[in-house]
Amino acid sequence: MEQAAPDPERLLQPAPLEPLSHPDAGLESVVGEEAKGARDEGHGDGTMTESNFSLKKIEISVSEAEKRTGRNAMNMQETYTAYLIETRSVEHSDGQSVLTDSLWRRYSEFELLRNYLLVYYPHIVVPPLPEKRAEFVWHKLSADNMDPDFVERRRIGLENFLLRVASHPILCRDKIFYLFLTQEGNWKETVNETGFQLKADSRLKALNATFRVKNPDKRFIELKHYSDELQSVISHLLRVRARVADRLYGVYKVHGNYGRVFSEWSAIEKEMGDGLQSAGHHMDVYASSIDDILEDEEHYADQLKEYLFYAEALRAVCRKHELMQYDLEMAAQDLASKKQQCEELATGTVRTFSLKGMTTKLFGQETPEQREARIKMLEEQIKEGEQQLKSKNLEGREFVKNAWADIERFKEQKNHDLKEALISYAVMQISMCKKGIQVWTNAKECFSKM
Amino acid sequence: QLLIDLLNFFTSIGGSGPLMFTWAQVKVLRKWGNERMWCAQEFLLCPSLTMQDLILPNGGTPAGTASPASSSSLLNRLQLDDDMDGETRDLFVTVDDPKKHVCTMETYITYRITTKSTRVEFDLPEYSVRRRYQDFDWLRNKLEESQPTHLIPPLPEKFVVKGVVDRFSEEFVETRRKALDKFLKRITDHPVLSFNEHFNVFLTAKDLNAHKKQGMALLTRVGESVKHVAGGYKLRSRPLEFAAIGEYLDTFALKLGTIDRIAQRIIKEEIEYLVELREYGPVYSTWSALEGELAEPLEGVSACIGNCSTALEELTDDMTEDFLPVLREYILYSDSMKSVLKKRDHVQAEYEAKLEAVALRKEERPKVPADVEKCQDRMECFNADLKADMERWQNNKRQDFRQLLMGMADKNIQYYEKAVLWFCTQGFFAFILLWISLVIWRSLEPPC
Repeated sequence: MEQAAPDPERLLQPAPLEPLSHPDAGLESVVGEEAKGARDEGHGDGTMTESNFSLKKIEISVSEAEKRTGRNAMNMQETYTAYLIETRSVEHSDGQSVLTDSLWRRYSEFELLRNYLLVYYPHIVVPPLPEKRAEFVWHKLSADNMDPDFVERRRIGLENFLLRVASHPILCRDKIFYLFLTQEGNWKETVNETGFQLKADSRLKALNATFRVKNPDKRFIELKHYSDELQSVISHLLRVRARVADRLYGVYKVHGNYGRVFSEWSAIEKEMGDGLQSAGHHMDVYASSIDDILEDEEHYADQLKEYLFYAEALRAVCRKHELMQYDLEMAAQDLASKKQQCEELATGTVRTFSLKGMTTKLFGQETPEQREARIKMLEEQIKEGEQQLKSKNLEGREFVKNAWADIERFKEQKNHDLKEALISYAVMQISMCKKGIQVWTNAKECFSKM
Repeated sequence: QLLIDLLNFFTSIGGSGPLMFTWAQVKVLRKWGNERMWCAQEFLLCPSLTMQDLILPNGGTPAGTASPASSSSLLNRLQLDDDMDGETRDLFVTVDDPKKHVCTMETYITYRITTKSTRVEFDLPEYSVRRRYQDFDWLRNKLEESQPTHLIPPLPEKFVVKGVVDRFSEEFVETRRKALDKFLKRITDHPVLSFNEHFNVFLTAKDLNAHKKQGMALLTRVGESVKHVAGGYKLRSRPLEFAAIGEYLDTFALKLGTIDRIAQRIIKEEIEYLVELREYGPVYSTWSALEGELAEPLEGVSACIGNCSTALEELTDDMTEDFLPVLREYILYSDSMKSVLKKRDHVQAEYEAKLEAVALRKEERPKVPADVEKCQDRMECFNADLKADMERWQNNKRQDFRQLLMGMADKNIQYYEKAVLWFCTQGFFAFILLWISLVIWRSLEPPC
């Protein structure tokens, strides 16, 4: 196994990922061979993107979940769940996998990782985490975070998150992500040392920009609308689906009562007895079949939920664009006003209301030397400003280009995944109907023997 | 092979009505480009093709499966056939053609009663009269009076809460018509009741009301009616068989009551499920309006859910109209049978009392007085009639419930079949789903 080769940059292909596959199947992120000569250019703001991956192929899985107790920041006892992350390298030649790293992480650490990625890759649609608290529950599902079913679904969701990041052409090369998978102790400190929290844009600033920006890219405006509507339609869908599941559960379970009463009735009958008794058994089978059916449907709901949360990630990219655009507009405005001031000073005309004009009127004109000094200062500021504007413009354009590239990638992924999800949902429904036909046909046969 | 698989697939769904296909499905099929699929395209285009036409020689639908529309009429016909018992029937009675009559005083419904008979008791071979519920009620009372030793079939419930149920709605009228038809057919099948003079009058008289007035006079002349004494008599020992029947009827009515409640609960849950489905489907449509590539599959899911909703509504309607009333009928039946049993007890008690009285009066021995003999006769006739009727009732009950429960299973099967068919014939899904569902079908087949 190669270790620490010069710069074995591994380029991950956007692999056709199977997001939420069955928990028993060992999930792999199939990583393609590195493309020689592809260089990763460091980002201007110093993100850690050097690839330390020296493995040709890796598999990531979140294989276990464990309840733990510990002391939190306020020195109080708390219970939390830790998840075991295992990374394996797969040798090309013999296909065997060797466990290279395994460590435990809790949900808050995943959140930390994601927040970091959001700050350092604002142009990327960052994959979402599974929900923190159980929402869209119907009566049988527990809203308790410690509930084993919830923990299990969360485990799958976290694994999915890691696989999405690992298969993203840009995100996979991030060092912090690599450390997340390999360095158990001290990782939190390492992340915080990057100072990403300071670099994060304040919510207030972002909100301000959203309202005040004058000329954002039209595509981003459309995208924002789309993500808003997607969010609202999917959450509506999930809410109604939960109610539908609840009702369907009721229908199936009440049929179980037939089992009991048919059995009691068959006790007083002579020829009808056997038929009734066996039909009652089929009613019991029917009633208990709903549990598996709805478990499969939860799986489908989780797939939809992922895209519900993805919509938020899309919005984040739009917000960043608005912020940058607003910044640009403000800088341009500032520059324009400085230029105007300069001109006014040079020509002596006061076209606009200014403090200088006021004080001039009140305290008398300033000396030519003072004026010269001010003009020089302004000219310097203008030069600086023009430089800044240029670079901001460039930055903005780069951002739009990169962001849009990732958005296109995301759209492809979304269409593919959701199409698959819808088809598998339809297949689930057919399978449910087939089971229903089977049970009732069996019951009918029993009735015919009455 | 694919074509045969397809046909087997449709066959295994069972017979249920014409298939409906659109050009979208045809286009999808054409894209496949497989020669065999052209054949599939041919039959899929034919709108009036029914499942029966698709049945291969080795696969067949069970005789009992009928298309939804005619299932109830088929069941009725089946029942008639069952009662044949190999004997030649000489009396046929049908209730149909309900009509609304609006008069100044009231509004009511009449039904046409058609009678065909070769019996000598009937002057004409065929009769057609109109009767309303009141008339049925009159007939039943008359039968109870004149044939107290027999089990008289029940009528559908007389009173309906005016605000809750619409007495003139199509569903209510149809349910009632079926029950009235059942009532007359049960009488027709009875070897004694079918010859009752009141029954004859009911079937033949042009003006029943005139007869009703006459009948009143008749009643007072005859005057021998079995009065029901409220308690106060003791039986030496009730014959085992009648005790057993009594116990049976108690438990039977109880179980039926439970089944009625369960069925009602299921219908209620299904209706609530339907309400949610009706909101669920359109959300997919809303979503598809936002999307490009995903629009078609989303619309497909929306349409499928819509059609499941329609199929579900049909199921709940059928269960309400066909299943629940028959259950209630049998509960009423067992109630009326219990009262006949009580009358029998009373007759036995009378006899025993008279016997005891005679035993005390020593002069009459050994000759048994005439009225005691008459009492004994009455009791023994009652016992015999009742026993015969019970046997007949048990048999009919078995057939009725067999049919009823098979019908319930059928309705559920049809619901699922409709749901599947709709998923499989939605444009976008048609192909992928046909293929996948074939795989599922094969994997879920019960082992032969």
